[in-house]
Amino acid sequence: MNVMTQTVPTSEAVPLSMRGPAPVQVVVGYGFWLFLLSDIIIFAALFAAYAVLSGETNEGPPGAALFDKTHVFFETACLLASSMTCGFATLAVQRRSMLGAFPWMVVTLILGVTFLGMEWAEFVHMLAAGNGPSRSAFLSAFFTLVGTHGLHVTVGLFWLVIMMLQAATLGLRPIVRRRFFCFGLFWHALDIVWIGVFTIVYLGAR
Amino acid sequence: MLGKLTWAAIPFDQPIVMITSGVIGFVLLATLGLVTVKGWWPYLWREWITSVDHKRIGVMYVLLALVMLVRGFADAIMMRSQLALAAGGAQGYLPPEHYDQIFSAHGTIMIFFVAMPFVIGLMNFAVPLQLGVRDVAFPVLNNVSFWLTAAGVLLVNLSLFVGEFARTGWLAYPPLSEITYSPGVGVDYYLWSLQISGIGTLLSGINLTTTILKLRAPGMGYMRMPIFCWTALASNLLIVAAFPVLTATFAMLLLDRYCGFHFFTNDAGGNPMMYINLIWIWGHPEVYILILPAFGVFSEVVATFSGKPLFGYRSMVMATMAICVLSFMVWLHHFFTMGAGADVNAFFGIMTMIIAVPTGVKVFNWLFTLYGGRIRFTVPIYWALGFMVTFVIGGMTGVLMAIPPADFVLHNSLFLIAHFHNTAIGGVVFGAMAGYTYWFPKAFGFKLDERLGKASFWCWFIGFYLAFMPLYALGLMGATRRMQHYPDAHWQPLMLVALSGAVLILFGIGLTVVQLAVSIRTRERRRDLTGDPWNGRTLEWSTSSPPPAWNFSRVPLVKTNDAFWASKQHGHEQLGEGPYVPVHLPRNNPTGVFLAFFAVVLGFALIWHIWWMAMVGLVGSIVVGLLQAWRTDTETVVSAEQVAAIHEASTAGEGAI
Repeated sequence: MNVMTQTVPTSEAVPLSMRGPAPVQVVVGYGFWLFLLSDIIIFAALFAAYAVLSGETNEGPPGAALFDKTHVFFETACLLASSMTCGFATLAVQRRSMLGAFPWMVVTLILGVTFLGMEWAEFVHMLAAGNGPSRSAFLSAFFTLVGTHGLHVTVGLFWLVIMMLQAATLGLRPIVRRRFFCFGLFWHALDIVWIGVFTIVYLGAR
Repeated sequence: MLGKLTWAAIPFDQPIVMITSGVIGFVLLATLGLVTVKGWWPYLWREWITSVDHKRIGVMYVLLALVMLVRGFADAIMMRSQLALAAGGAQGYLPPEHYDQIFSAHGTIMIFFVAMPFVIGLMNFAVPLQLGVRDVAFPVLNNVSFWLTAAGVLLVNLSLFVGEFARTGWLAYPPLSEITYSPGVGVDYYLWSLQISGIGTLLSGINLTTTILKLRAPGMGYMRMPIFCWTALASNLLIVAAFPVLTATFAMLLLDRYCGFHFFTNDAGGNPMMYINLIWIWGHPEVYILILPAFGVFSEVVATFSGKPLFGYRSMVMATMAICVLSFMVWLHHFFTMGAGADVNAFFGIMTMIIAVPTGVKVFNWLFTLYGGRIRFTVPIYWALGFMVTFVIGGMTGVLMAIPPADFVLHNSLFLIAHFHNTAIGGVVFGAMAGYTYWFPKAFGFKLDERLGKASFWCWFIGFYLAFMPLYALGLMGATRRMQHYPDAHWQPLMLVALSGAVLILFGIGLTVVQLAVSIRTRERRRDLTGDPWNGRTLEWSTSSPPPAWNFSRVPLVKTNDAFWASKQHGHEQLGEGPYVPVHLPRNNPTGVFLAFFAVVLGFALIWHIWWMAMVGLVGSIVVGLLQAWRTDTETVVSAEQVAAIHEASTAGEGAI
């Protein structure tokens, strides 16, 4: 990936667009941003489906009767806090401080697992009451939207564990730092999506 | 143990399918046998299968597209011959359940596995060369994208022999595609093969967008990019923005089919029209994903063979980006008959007409580029001129159907079929063929045969008119799409004309194959040693043909548009300056092909509900990904002396000119 290692002398007089290939960390970050945008478009489609189907309860319970807002509030708090701890971990990784990074990675992992556990508990509770995704189009859309976010968090947690293993085995070499930077972007993006879920699905429940 | 898979899945009772499968199987085994006997595997593995060189990957994409063109065309000629026979009381030779699979497979294959790989292949090959850089942004990912596309191709072709394909049309509209009405594996083949290849396409879109926006030769500002790079940028931005919608929509349909969800079902509050809205939010941009790069090819070809700079470069860029944005605002014109009301239909009708404006700008730019030029009538310019005539007709019938009341009459008629083939063949196929002929000498170092190329063009060109102009008339007479037979014997003469057109196109495809074979056999006298066989204008022609793995021995410095042309005007001034420097090259990587293997296992297992095998596929792909994550020895260095030596050797021929 060293298409871009060859750089020309840059001066302020040369416009940014004409300075030749960008350095590798810029290219990797940019590519990952594009991936995140595409991922957010997947959520956009799921949000659209939810908006269309949210009233179609098929004579089953509507959202207001199903959601426990206190439960979701603490769930949300866990995820938002994990974004902050992930930020601290990213800063430590950029400083190449293994000792600074690992505790924050572990805290992020714990908060993420807690979030997932709470989501799982909510799902199990609803399924046990016969309000699974097959009950109505509304619940299909609900489980898909929230479940897809949960799936992303699960993938993120696996990624975090892999990053911890990579840091332990490969050290904080540039490629590991770049990957952790991308993980951070991913984790924050999931927070942004969750804010949409919290607002539209849970606070907007009727 | 094997889920739904039993011997009943093999269609022993259908001679057409069994014979076709037998022939395909024989050709496949013969090819593999030949490769094994000749001992070509190490070469193929090293130089192609695991290659991360964008040029090699581009060539593999185009080859895949050409092979699948034959498959998709076989479906086409079966449909045309069926309809030539099934008039009046006759039923033809294809029973409805088979005919339905054929038109579904034809559409799916032609869009996803011919047009897409062809266009992506051309972009992959040409864009980094035009930008003056050494490779795409993520070379390994590029190889993964290709192999995921190939995995989708394999699954689609497997459906011919094992099980069945969808009978739902190429977009699998619910409620027909729901498990209630399509309980077989056909729709699942459709969904999983497109999900897998769709991931490949998305990754490829991210890769090329990053390449164009972040990796350009020094001095190449946005307004100095070759126009093909602009159209590739627009196309890849559309891929990044539109393909996730397709993935999400198919995921919802899969949940309906596998887990009893109610997104698009008739009962429990599901909404089938939501699928149709969502699929066209992907589907309309998809049209431009395919046609914009073709526009780019025509722009390069017209400028090169007119010997003039492209007329109205800035307006061409503006028009391209305008189409890129507008393409997201017209999706509803695919189903005015949904009944959204006069206001909504009027909005989408007007937006559709507006999108014809930037397209018109482009046509005038090409005309004015030709005007006053010294036109050299080579094969690529034949395709370009054929395109300009044909595409304008397709555009006009499109604007006609953009009028909602007219669309209510023409919706789902053969008029529509004629319209979109008019743009898809006259635009995308002609563009792909022009690009193939134009860049072939760059990829292989020798030109394709001109006479056979022109013969192929004429077969395609006349064949297209014979095959599709009758369909316009038939559509106005009331013939609908996807009909297996028809009562009105008066339609038969036009159906026979359409069949003759398809036969002529068959000759066109045959001539392309012959052209390739003849050109390879006589390559020694077709050699181009200059690297610039067409007297080109852009950077790809400034390096040798075929270029070294690192494309440019020295990074070119760009001072203007058409940088290579400008350097030739200044007496072949060197584009690259300074001493040779060592080149870091990414090593070959087998991740893509292994990942694709497990993706096929996963897809096949999910189609047939073989859950243990699905776990094997999933775990296998994760393991392959993890192995890649721990790979550290990813680069090799080519020394400055080697770079210089190869450069000197390749320019030795040029000195003689």
